[in-house]
Amino acid sequence: MLTFRVAIRALAKNKMRAGLTILGVVIGIAAVTTMVSIGQSASQMVQSQFEMLGTNVIVVRPASRRSGGVQIAGMPSLTARDVEAIRTECPSVMAATAMVRAGGQVIYGNTNWSPSEMWGVGPDYLTVRNWPLRHGGFFTERDVSSAAKVCVIGQTLVRELFQTSDPLGQTIRIANIPFEVIGVLEPKGVNLFGQEQDNIVLMPYTTVRKRLQGSEFDHVHLAMVSARSMQQMSDAQNEITHLLLERHRIHPGEPADFEVQNTDEFARVLGMITGTMTMLLASIAGISLIVGGVGIMNIMLVSVTERTREIGIRMAVGARPKDILRQFLIEAVLLSCIGGLIGFALGVAASTGLTMLINTLSSGSEWQVVISVPAGIIAFLFAAAVGIFFGYYPARRASRLDPIESLRYE
Amino acid sequence: MLLSMHRFACDERDEARISMALIELRDIRKIYDLGEVQVEALRGVSLDIHQGEHLALVGPSGSGKSTLMNMVGCLDRPTSGSYRLADEEVGNLTADRRARIRNRRIGFVFQNFNLLARTSALENVELPLLYAASVSARERRRRAIAMLERVGLGDRLGHHPGQLSGGQQQRVAIARALINEPSLLMGDEPTGNLDSRTSREVIELFQRLNEDNGITVILVTHDPEIARNAKRIIALRDGVIVQDTPDIDLAWSSLHSQEQEVEP
Ligand SMILES: Nc1ncnc2c1ncn2[C@@H]1O[C@H](COP(=O)(O)OP(=O)(O)OP(=O)(O)O)[C@@H](O)[C@H]1O
Ligand SMILES: [Mg+2]
Repeated sequence: MLTFRVAIRALAKNKMRAGLTILGVVIGIAAVTTMVSIGQSASQMVQSQFEMLGTNVIVVRPASRRSGGVQIAGMPSLTARDVEAIRTECPSVMAATAMVRAGGQVIYGNTNWSPSEMWGVGPDYLTVRNWPLRHGGFFTERDVSSAAKVCVIGQTLVRELFQTSDPLGQTIRIANIPFEVIGVLEPKGVNLFGQEQDNIVLMPYTTVRKRLQGSEFDHVHLAMVSARSMQQMSDAQNEITHLLLERHRIHPGEPADFEVQNTDEFARVLGMITGTMTMLLASIAGISLIVGGVGIMNIMLVSVTERTREIGIRMAVGARPKDILRQFLIEAVLLSCIGGLIGFALGVAASTGLTMLINTLSSGSEWQVVISVPAGIIAFLFAAAVGIFFGYYPARRASRLDPIESLRYE
Repeated sequence: MLLSMHRFACDERDEARISMALIELRDIRKIYDLGEVQVEALRGVSLDIHQGEHLALVGPSGSGKSTLMNMVGCLDRPTSGSYRLADEEVGNLTADRRARIRNRRIGFVFQNFNLLARTSALENVELPLLYAASVSARERRRRAIAMLERVGLGDRLGHHPGQLSGGQQQRVAIARALINEPSLLMGDEPTGNLDSRTSREVIELFQRLNEDNGITVILVTHDPEIARNAKRIIALRDGVIVQDTPDIDLAWSSLHSQEQEVEP
């Protein structure tokens, strides 16, 4: 196309001006690219964390019963027998464990330590969480029924209490009750929220109920269930819901006194949140792109004034208004596309650098650099759109100049 | 030395109309509205110009010569009156159509050359072809080189205007005006910025184009020696034609005598 060549020549005549013009777009596109890339890294991080958690996990928790908007106070409604029923009666369920929250300090010798998590769980816990043991064994059904004083500890406790010595068979004290360490968990690292997961002590849930809390009730805080496969997730959810409705004698139409959630839903919500964050960051960066576009318009306007004579000469030898319009528009689009490409390259470099920085600053996190090709294409198209949008007004001004007045322009 | 120009391929339609007027101006008026005052640059100009004529437009400064030239060159439009170019009413045409006429039929040479700065002679001469319908890059180049050779600048193709003398720049401008083989060549004081020897060369060039190629030539000049080359002299004064004659001395004296009448 002819005007294309004309535009390229005109740009080449003033490289300095061209460079200054694209600066805004370069920065804008670089910012958008970086923000989107970082946002996508974050979402990917969330995804992989959920995969680590086990994707076919269903969480059942008691819900306070509501009646006409009035909350009825009372005992949590989920019992260990419910969990046992889920485990044995639901065909799509592979494993289920009751979970009872505990707290307190752990003492070994003259060292004490506060684990961030202390749970009473069932023998299925490791299966549900997909969490292997490093040493020793886990508690059995018999330990549960006898409320045995045994525990399994995470790597943080091994490090803090035992340093180099072997914790297996040692006795630690929790609330002045001696517990034998029968197993050590594999390290799991930090979770999504940056919390350490290895600072944990597990005991039979019966032990927590009876010995730590002195309670005879078998209510549990929640149950974690894993389905036989990803495909059976919704079946398992339905089976659990029906079973519990029946067991709790809840009639159709009445609100349930429990919630059945799967981690996928949670992941979806979190994904939505990170997605929204990405959008937000990208739109803030987008504002800088618009500022860049205004910069293009500004310099194009100056350039039209500065090049009035050139426009007059072109018109005098036969350029039609639309030829002039096209030339300036193509110049603007070329500039912003070049700016877009440079900006994209800078953005890729910046997000790579930032990801590396995040990984060094927070040890243990393994962010991946995500450069999406669609994002690049969109950035490019957006830059072109900015060029057209902000180039149109100056180009139109140029095309509407009067040939004689332009020739006379000093 | 300047020219050994061959006959331009004249537009067939132009040849058919050789007998009728190429340019017909009827009661052309041009008023510049400056808000408080209105300047009447042309006050009823009527004129017929035929294909192949060689005209000189003379008159004191401010008499409206440039205004008339720009009008005839389709760069500007009259405030009122009729302008027919090759039997077409130009006043009614769209900006696009007028651009096309400037591109195809008219070559315009300015006093201050009006070349694109920092652009080679070759590219300057190619410029009108860029806006003409489908001429290939190779063809554009070939024709521009040939045209520059004809005006004696075959060895200056890559020079920018800043690297050329005034006479050379004006010859580039003439080559540019001729590249589309126009039937009408106009010069608004084309030698105004040139020394007398260079002026003579440029004027000879115009004369050749008129005599050998049948191109209609209209020149504005202040120089009676240059006007003498033309076959018809139009004297303009205060926006009206005061003399239309082949006799330069008559034209000159009419300008003079009226001048004396006006200032007693
Ligand atoms: N753009 C304009 N705005 C206002 N007045 C103008 C404009 N152009 C020309 N004029 C006026 O119109 C009149 C004729 O101007 P024009 O340029 O045609 O004169 P000219 O004969 O070419 O003079 P010169 O020999 O000095 O070039 C002058 O009085 C001038 O002031
Ligand atoms: Mg003038």
